[in-house]
Amino acid sequence: MEFSGRKWRKLRLAGDQRNASYPHCLQFYLQPPSENISLIEFENLAIDRVKLLKSVENLGVSYVKGTEQYQSKLESELRKLKFSYRENLEDEYEPRRRDHISHFILRLAYCQSEELRRWFIQQEMDLLRFRFSILPKDKIQDFLKDSQLQFEAISDEEKTLREQEIVASSPSLSGLKLGFESIYKIPFADALDLFRGRKVYLEDGFAYVPLKDIVAIILNEFRAKLSKALALTARSLPAVQSDERLQPLLNHLSHSYTGQDYSTQGNVGKISLDQIDLLSTKSFPPCMRQLHKALRENHHLRHGGRMQYGLFLKGIGLTLEQALQFWKQEFIKGKMDPDKFDKGYSYNIRHSFGKEGKRTDYTPFSCLKIILSNPPSQGDYHGCPFRHSDPELLKQKLQSYKISPGGISQVDDCGFSLNHPNQFFCESQRILNGGKDIKKEPIQPETPQPKPSVQKTKDASSALASLNSSLEMDMEGLEDYFSEDS
Amino acid sequence: METFDPTELPELLKLYYRRLFPYSQYYRWLNYGGVIKNYFQHREFSFTLKDDIYIRYQSFNNQSDLEKEMQKMNPYKIDIGAVYSHRPNQHNTVKLGAFQAQEKELVFDIDMTDYDDVRRCCSSADICPKCWTLMTMAIRIIDRALKEDFGFKHRLWVYSGRRGVHCWVCDESVRKLSSAVRSGIVEYLSLVKGGQDVKKKVHLSEKIHPFIRKSINIIKKYFEEYALVNQDILENKESWDKILALVPETIHDELQQSFQKSHNSLQRWEHLKKVASRYQNNIKNDKYGPWLEWEIMLQYCFPRLDINVSKGINHLLKSPFSVHPKTGRISVPIDLQKVDQFDPFTVPTISFICRELDAISTNEEEKEENEAESDVKHRTRDYKKTSLAPYVKVFEHFLENLDKSRKGELLKKSGKTLCLSLLSS
Repeated sequence: MEFSGRKWRKLRLAGDQRNASYPHCLQFYLQPPSENISLIEFENLAIDRVKLLKSVENLGVSYVKGTEQYQSKLESELRKLKFSYRENLEDEYEPRRRDHISHFILRLAYCQSEELRRWFIQQEMDLLRFRFSILPKDKIQDFLKDSQLQFEAISDEEKTLREQEIVASSPSLSGLKLGFESIYKIPFADALDLFRGRKVYLEDGFAYVPLKDIVAIILNEFRAKLSKALALTARSLPAVQSDERLQPLLNHLSHSYTGQDYSTQGNVGKISLDQIDLLSTKSFPPCMRQLHKALRENHHLRHGGRMQYGLFLKGIGLTLEQALQFWKQEFIKGKMDPDKFDKGYSYNIRHSFGKEGKRTDYTPFSCLKIILSNPPSQGDYHGCPFRHSDPELLKQKLQSYKISPGGISQVDDCGFSLNHPNQFFCESQRILNGGKDIKKEPIQPETPQPKPSVQKTKDASSALASLNSSLEMDMEGLEDYFSEDS
Repeated sequence: METFDPTELPELLKLYYRRLFPYSQYYRWLNYGGVIKNYFQHREFSFTLKDDIYIRYQSFNNQSDLEKEMQKMNPYKIDIGAVYSHRPNQHNTVKLGAFQAQEKELVFDIDMTDYDDVRRCCSSADICPKCWTLMTMAIRIIDRALKEDFGFKHRLWVYSGRRGVHCWVCDESVRKLSSAVRSGIVEYLSLVKGGQDVKKKVHLSEKIHPFIRKSINIIKKYFEEYALVNQDILENKESWDKILALVPETIHDELQQSFQKSHNSLQRWEHLKKVASRYQNNIKNDKYGPWLEWEIMLQYCFPRLDINVSKGINHLLKSPFSVHPKTGRISVPIDLQKVDQFDPFTVPTISFICRELDAISTNEEEKEENEAESDVKHRTRDYKKTSLAPYVKVFEHFLENLDKSRKGELLKKSGKTLCLSLLSS
């Protein structure tokens, strides 16, 4: 494929130039790639990078950035998806190339709206921060130079002249001497976050920045450049989108939840209604178990609960007829009039199965969606217990589920990355029915990954923003039909 | 000098704008050498006319256009705004969203009212020689930082006409700074935080940034005379209780006792210093850092800036050589070399210089034949004969520095092209 437009130069990549073209495991993506690739590779690279960025997002929500767990999990994601991350490894050309090309492809998909841009920039920044954090010290200067950043380390004489001032200014420096610390001299305006808080020494319009603080500046530079680049990309987008081969992919990319969505049933009709009570204690994730229990006890669930639980049931294999029967039976026990149910509720159930209105076959909610949208309030039973309930109450609940005390206090790695309630169900069923993946504690359902004290960082709100935009099309129109609520 | 009658303003302003306002220097400043096309033409001015009529988005084609309009409208107040993407007086014809503020000097406004909680002599719009030192210290501290820390070269300090001072930083690169960087600069320069409900407004950490250290050194030069003598901040129980509120309770009793026994603020301050340093050496307290003495000095003397004035590129600020409608004083440039001697009460009022002009003119009229011809000559010499002259000189010195810089830049650039053309030839 070829792209017209001045952005894409045509060069042929000679074999022995391979390593020279990617001297580092990380980069600022200043130059777009300039080779021909097949449409299939184009698509695969794009999808892989979306997976990577979504992992970056998930990990950023589940763990404090920079902690050992965060770092090691991110590294394994990168390794799994075959993107570059670490210097000094052998055979790094291919991962670096994949990294380079996939970034630029995603620019096309994510430049299209403010929310998409913000999300893309945030994840790319987190990724860059991680890669920079594991860069060995002796490689840093090389990398900065190659990236055309005007960051020059000052000479030893210059350091000695200003030693006291620099040490007195920088919180990241302890002690009274500079020792072998590298100090970079940069124009003050490039160190905004440092000088505004008086965290750096200023002299004659320059900031004298220790290496530790350079990272923040680099990230800001990166953000600014990427932001500009995305704006430019958006302008040349019409030309790209007119290419029929690319249009569907680009549109789809930014809306994708890249895991399985559990909407296509291989197991439709395999569950019978009288199994549900037992299954709820054996294989339902805590959120759904809680909803089921509430439904049985109150013979009713509010809107949010009906949504979350109803779609989950569809995902585990309930047919429309079963669902209608299931809900009606329960609601009637709550002294609801059968006709009222038919009028108010059954339409909605059919709608969620794609049999009414727009006929969108709605997909069961992923964990991220449950955690980040529509937090439960008084009288609600939906949401994620690990996010939305009090840690003490959660503990009690898990105890009542007869999970061993060890299992409760340990939020252990169950060996796979859990991010969908239906995934929990599938894995659990597989284990119970003697499936191939025997994990560490196979008898009880594992306490899944999201910790009780999942941090509510500002990442959550940016993730929410992107989530809302990407999943809006799932929810569109559904709200209107749910007029009944109590 | 003191008599100024605001009702005379219309007549006085007429004379001022016809004979005294230094148009050519003023134009020389805002035109910035004519290096950028339409820089002056895209500059916004705002006028406040008689009866508080306020008009924005004024702009002018050249110096003579400016003169004519000012003489026609006789503004009570003149504000300078930003340089826009289009002529401000045509902004309504521009497509929505396309009319943008692009450049402006970095400005600071220091107002005596912001110190009301720490000055005992005056409040609100009043000033007196006892509290004016606050402005002196502010100018010294801020100017040093702008020059030595930020490397800004062209800084014009102006008396606001009543109760404060303004600073205009006019370097070419500074005029292009974003709002975010401007805010950052104000933050860097800010130490006194908190409103009425906050007692202790300055907290220093273990490490003292060079900016703070150098500022304290400046304050030290003035503190005894300003705070301990003129303001007498430890004069009596009422006043020293305010200072005790800034130090840990554990040393209150000891200080109260020694204060009672002392006779004046100087003695009490000595006691406070001793007790405070002893306290710091003994206890490591999180709430009160190791620098009690300095924190008090800073709260009483360190400059207080209004961030809103500085951060917006389109913010309008009172123009130099504008008249203050309430005091009649001219907003004159301050000579940095003589900042300690600057006395706002000797700044000429518009009525004073108009009277000076009248006195001189009646003497000279007898010598002149051609009115029209001498009119121009008059205008270029008139202000020189009044008390406005030394201030215009300060302004001219500032303009010369701007010129020198510009020439230096051009030489550098042409030098570069010369080298390049030599290399490629």
